Amino acid sequence: MTDLTELGVAQIRDGVAGGDFTAVELAEAFNANVAAAQEALNAFIIATPEKAVEAAAATDAKRARGEALGKMGGVPIGMKDLFATFDVQTTAASHMLEGFKPQYESTVSQKLWDAGAGMLGKLNLDQFAMGSSNETSYFGNVISPWKRSDGGNAALAPGGSSGGSSAALAARLCPAATGTDTGGSIRQPAAFTGTTGIKPTYGRCSRWGVVAFASSLDQAGPMARSVQDCAIMLEAMAGFDAKDSTSLDLPVPNWEAALSGDMKGKKVGIPKEYRVDGLDDDVAKSWDDGIAWLKDAGAEIVEISLPHTKYALPTYYIIAPAEASSNLARYDGVRYGLRDLPDGANLQDMYAATRAAGFGPEVKRRILIGTYVLSAGFYDAYYTQAQKVRALIAQDFAQAFEQCDVILAPTAPSAAFGLGENVDDPLKMYLNDVFAVPASLAGLPAMSVPAGLNREGLPLGLQVIGKAFDEQGVLNAGLALEQRAQFAAKPEKWW
Amino acid sequence: MSVDTATVAKIASLARIKVSEAEIEAMVPELNGILAWVEQLGEVDTSQVEPMTAVIPNTLRLRDDVIDADPLTGGDKRDAVLANAPAAEHGFFGVPKVIE
Repeated sequence: MTDLTELGVAQIRDGVAGGDFTAVELAEAFNANVAAAQEALNAFIIATPEKAVEAAAATDAKRARGEALGKMGGVPIGMKDLFATFDVQTTAASHMLEGFKPQYESTVSQKLWDAGAGMLGKLNLDQFAMGSSNETSYFGNVISPWKRSDGGNAALAPGGSSGGSSAALAARLCPAATGTDTGGSIRQPAAFTGTTGIKPTYGRCSRWGVVAFASSLDQAGPMARSVQDCAIMLEAMAGFDAKDSTSLDLPVPNWEAALSGDMKGKKVGIPKEYRVDGLDDDVAKSWDDGIAWLKDAGAEIVEISLPHTKYALPTYYIIAPAEASSNLARYDGVRYGLRDLPDGANLQDMYAATRAAGFGPEVKRRILIGTYVLSAGFYDAYYTQAQKVRALIAQDFAQAFEQCDVILAPTAPSAAFGLGENVDDPLKMYLNDVFAVPASLAGLPAMSVPAGLNREGLPLGLQVIGKAFDEQGVLNAGLALEQRAQFAAKPEKWW
Repeated sequence: MSVDTATVAKIASLARIKVSEAEIEAMVPELNGILAWVEQLGEVDTSQVEPMTAVIPNTLRLRDDVIDADPLTGGDKRDAVLANAPAAEHGFFGVPKVIE
């Protein structure tokens, strides 16, 4: 009998509906993998095996009654611990929110449960989603299941901030997981682990109940092991929500049904500014492979220019910390979360002590940068200028999309790096998102699909960026790449 | 522009984060490194550009003027609101004594 934990979303949905296996036996198989890997990989902050079985039993009961099972019927998923889940600890991987049990459910997670999904647990991440290696979590690093093929045993980063999601997918601890992407936090971890993830157009998925980092950038999306699985899960997650003022009031397309890897008549833009000096040879080669694959799928390749690309990262590192400093002002030790009340402290002392104890170093660094760039006398020089450059970056994309339908680029400038390799230099860490951040600043849908392995045997991802609202174009180009990359590598089990 | 220890102390105070002198010393070069890097934005000519206000064009909606239109975010939720408070007392958030 096949190993049920090798199955993806579509196979599970169809297998449960067709009676090939029950949702409960499948959930139990994943629960066992989650438990067995926890010590070595630390992908989950908490496991909720009972929730997975409960949802699966409900799906099996529905099937017995002949009822429809939903888009995600019988599919157990990992939930990034940035989504508020009713009465289940929601931490954003911070000490500040340790023990916090929301009295409400985020819109996205509720939609997934309504579609028949069940929860295997809450996935580890970078603290408040700030990081690119999952090394800022209060609950410890997530370890990638991948190892370099050099015989060494170096622990590698699963990417971040959705590092628990990516590691769990690659290790077959879940068939799909939620992610959130502020400046690459779905795409870069997907690329590092040979998995697939899409950040939809800003506003497609409700932000209600998602712990806020940078509200003009934060966007939820699915992570899975195939383009089709991402399409299915995105349909379940997306949709208008009156409780999010930036939610898009648009119908959710049937992305899965319209999937097609045929790129005839489509133009694929190759941004010349992304071919930076010193681009890693293997990354450059995988990009060339991607170009050849899309040509083979019938697409026409055109060179495009995104002239403000080099300013995207510095723009991001003004806007994201500015919004974070404002959003994270809510953690005051009064209403929820940690309180640190030193002897004899007044209210102001309590705020300062609570925030000193509750936030990790990277979170504090970003709050301080954000506070500085928003402070009197500096606001125009930093924040207003960044918002103007952001407008230019969005305009670059708008002009490029007059010449092409989608854009193809690498997802990240390198394969996964070792834990600890970049922690001493925040700027070096930030550079990891150099190819991911521009699409975030422009609010565009963008996806990463595995392209192959580098010389060290580690996965590399290719990124497809699309026009606003054109998730279908992105998914279709992603499918064309997936069909030709034939990526079947998976980490050798050592955990 | 660069920051010194006094500026970092002031920002930390504005952000309500208690920092020790040693932490401030460590943060000064880190923050200066990041600020020097983001200052390259100054070289972009933005004299003809309006700052972005919405990344995807959208209109702000008004909800219907109905009490408890969404029961989840309507009234009568005191206990749920207080459920995670570190010090809930008598149906209120407890804080240290505030007397000027």
